[in-house]
Amino acid sequence: MTLARQRATQRRRPSELLIPTPAGLFCPPADIHIDPVRPVARALITHGHSDHARSGHGAVLATRETLAIMALRYGEGFTGERQVAEPGATTRIGEVDFRFVPAGHVLGSAQIVVESRDLRIVVSGDYKRERDPTCAGFEPVTCDVFITEATFGLPVFRHPPAHAEVAKLLESVRLFPERAHLVGAYSLGKAQRVMALIREAGYERPIFVHGAVEKLTDFYIAQGVPLGDIRKVAPAERKSLGGEIVICPPSAIQDLWARRFPDPVAAFASGWMRVRARARQKGVELPLIISDHADWDDLQATIREVGAGEIWITHGEAEALAHWCGTVGLAAKPLHLVGYGDEGEGEPEAAAAEASP
Amino acid sequence: MNRFAWLLDRIAYEPRRNGKLALIADYLRTTPDPDRGLALAAMTGGLVFRNAKAGLIRALIAERTDPALFALSYDYVGDLSETAALMWPAPRRGTAGAEPGDNRPPLTLPEVVAGLRDAGRTELPRLVASWLDALDETGRWALLKLITGSLRIGVSARLAKTAAASLGGVAPDEVEQVWHGLEPPYLPLFAWLEGRAPRPEASDPAPFRPVMLSHPIDDGDFDRLDPADFSAEWKWDGIRVQAVSGTRPDGSRLTRLYSRTGDDIGPAFPDLVEAMTQDGALDGELLVMREGAIQSFNTLQQRLNRKAVTAKMLSASPAHIRVYDLLVDGGQDIRALPLLERRMRLEAFVARLGSARFDLSATIPFADWDALAAARADPALAGAGADAEAVEGCMIKRIDAPYLPGRPKGPWWKWKRAARLIDCVLMYAQRGHGKRSSFYSDYTFGVWRASPDGEKLVPVGKAYFGFTDEELVELDRFVRKHTRSRFGPVREVTHDRQNGLVFEVAFEGLQRSTRHKSGLAMRFPRISRIRWDKPPGEADRIEALERLLPVDGAPEPPPAKKPSAREIEP
Repeated sequence: MTLARQRATQRRRPSELLIPTPAGLFCPPADIHIDPVRPVARALITHGHSDHARSGHGAVLATRETLAIMALRYGEGFTGERQVAEPGATTRIGEVDFRFVPAGHVLGSAQIVVESRDLRIVVSGDYKRERDPTCAGFEPVTCDVFITEATFGLPVFRHPPAHAEVAKLLESVRLFPERAHLVGAYSLGKAQRVMALIREAGYERPIFVHGAVEKLTDFYIAQGVPLGDIRKVAPAERKSLGGEIVICPPSAIQDLWARRFPDPVAAFASGWMRVRARARQKGVELPLIISDHADWDDLQATIREVGAGEIWITHGEAEALAHWCGTVGLAAKPLHLVGYGDEGEGEPEAAAAEASP
Repeated sequence: MNRFAWLLDRIAYEPRRNGKLALIADYLRTTPDPDRGLALAAMTGGLVFRNAKAGLIRALIAERTDPALFALSYDYVGDLSETAALMWPAPRRGTAGAEPGDNRPPLTLPEVVAGLRDAGRTELPRLVASWLDALDETGRWALLKLITGSLRIGVSARLAKTAAASLGGVAPDEVEQVWHGLEPPYLPLFAWLEGRAPRPEASDPAPFRPVMLSHPIDDGDFDRLDPADFSAEWKWDGIRVQAVSGTRPDGSRLTRLYSRTGDDIGPAFPDLVEAMTQDGALDGELLVMREGAIQSFNTLQQRLNRKAVTAKMLSASPAHIRVYDLLVDGGQDIRALPLLERRMRLEAFVARLGSARFDLSATIPFADWDALAAARADPALAGAGADAEAVEGCMIKRIDAPYLPGRPKGPWWKWKRAARLIDCVLMYAQRGHGKRSSFYSDYTFGVWRASPDGEKLVPVGKAYFGFTDEELVELDRFVRKHTRSRFGPVREVTHDRQNGLVFEVAFEGLQRSTRHKSGLAMRFPRISRIRWDKPPGEADRIEALERLLPVDGAPEPPPAKKPSAREIEP
């Protein structure tokens, strides 16, 4: 037996270490699921968005922040047992080592490095490369197989710098001082990032929030993210909020709730706002292209950076990204995992449920 | 160009009609000539460039991007100009070049329009590419919109003209009346609207006049309407047209055939244009008539959207207009007269014309609404005879009403025949365009048919409306969650006897067709209900449809090279 053959028999094949199943990615030698969409015995969770972090598992391993976010959203009984994945620390389960590394998506978000017998797979979860003042930045980890999302996996998605989009918002506030500016933003992550960016731009007035955004915003502040003067909107004061910025879940900007504001400007902070028709479908007047996902260029840059020979694509515009991988000589396969945001950034359903104040 | 791009961008995000009107009016008021006139021409479809067409954009982007990635992106975005504008490989982030708002060199709209009009076929690609390199995303998008001609930003020609009319405080129809005598950039129009010059002469002897449209009638409406005030006629399943002839001061004559939106479709129908030998403006239904019998809508479709028409087509599918109104008699505008008087003038006009290409839309005699209901239920017996298949329902018109442009409520009603319904199973889905961009909103559905390997679904039609925006979100989610395989942009959705989704599909009529695997073609199909509750195994079988075929429905002729879409009345 040649050395190479020997090594090949010892080294795990990627398909032994992680396999896509209807419940999510499954790791047979450790008997765990990553971001399962159905209740399982043992789950590793990348971040707190409700399409990735669901309640009802037997045991959950996640970062301290993600566990806290799940408890906030689902109550303390969201899982049987919980274990904190300390940053950078390795947790061995069966013959497999797991390590949580920042993904730059939202507070507490992590990639999960899965390693066993010389094979390293990185499950990146949802991630972005653009700077975000509210969470730790993405750290690239070299690997054999890189599992990526492709929410914005089309060359039409190139996010402009977020500070320029926030400048658009502040310019509109200046132009229309009598109108309330309602900014739709997902309640976990995007809402707080927009607030932080507004503060960085030097805006010092209070920022008002919809009830559905309040709890997570308080959590961010408690975690040491400075957001300035944040006030919950009282139903009665809505008509007096001309000229103010109000952050609310995306579904609320077209709600009855929104109509009480003085001549509201409907804004929406999302990568989808790149496409005019998407903004029009949502009745958005002021689209703000601010995303917590990697855009087309950053997906490519990240794939090159981690040096993996094989790319698996969990969800989003998988065909286009897989096609690009092929053109640069990388093996790629779409997993077509069902149940993740797919084309809804983050968590459209959860946002709708939380919309009623 | 910057201001024009800014205007289009703002309009695209403005959902309210009044908001759009205000934006356009403000632009026209504050922008100098000739820029504003060129912008107005762009919004009214008045800019046509011989060499600059959508094909140019495709070619330019194909040289610069991977074709598979372009196809996937176009499928997602659903708009050629926007896809190309977004994908255009411009210098980005930090590098020198186009940053948002930085449209160097400051291109002007007249410069762009002149370039698009005058540049030769060989120099045009380089010119457009250099502009695209210099513009930001919004500028690129606006430029490409100019080239494709169809802006698709929710502004009709009518809306743009209404905004222009507001500059001079005149009625939109007054602008409409002088419109066809004018050319971009419409300097005499703006001079008149701003009170600097007299009203321009309408030098066009055969202008378009905005058509009068009807409202659907509800059961409750009949109680409030006196049958004695109304006349009724059949609603024919054709294309609404306006045939206009006029004489110029020099004695030469001009005839035009307009669609209901004012597009000149005359070149595709020389047989009709020739036969309009008297001055006047007729309102009627364009049909194909063979040996005195109206042919199916599919046959008519073969003749639409053509620049030229072959002799073979002229003899195989002769065009015909069934007229129901007269707007201009000789040189006299008679729109203000009551319908009854116009009808008498119409009868005399058609008699004088003496052409087999034109005949009168017959009135349906009825004493009360129940009698009309009986006629509508059985047009064959109530006078429509062999043409009953081409009857969509009844038109009910107030006999004392003038001819009013637009859709005034009250004078004209349409009472469509009850649609036919059938339960079909969703088989394939594709993304939509325009408003439905990126949603899986085009559905192909089928019914069960016996085959050697047991019961199989056979596709019978495609529909992309009939559901609410909320339902669309759910349908889109269903398609994504139940995708069985993918063929390029098409997703095959799970469809077996237990799993899948049933649509109750409504349609107006049915024809035999060689174009479809099932041998059938539905007319005007739409989703009438989503049967989330019904197992696909209980959907209808092909026999249920075959029973609805006309007895001697001859197969339609082979498909035309260019498929054409019909404008459907909203």
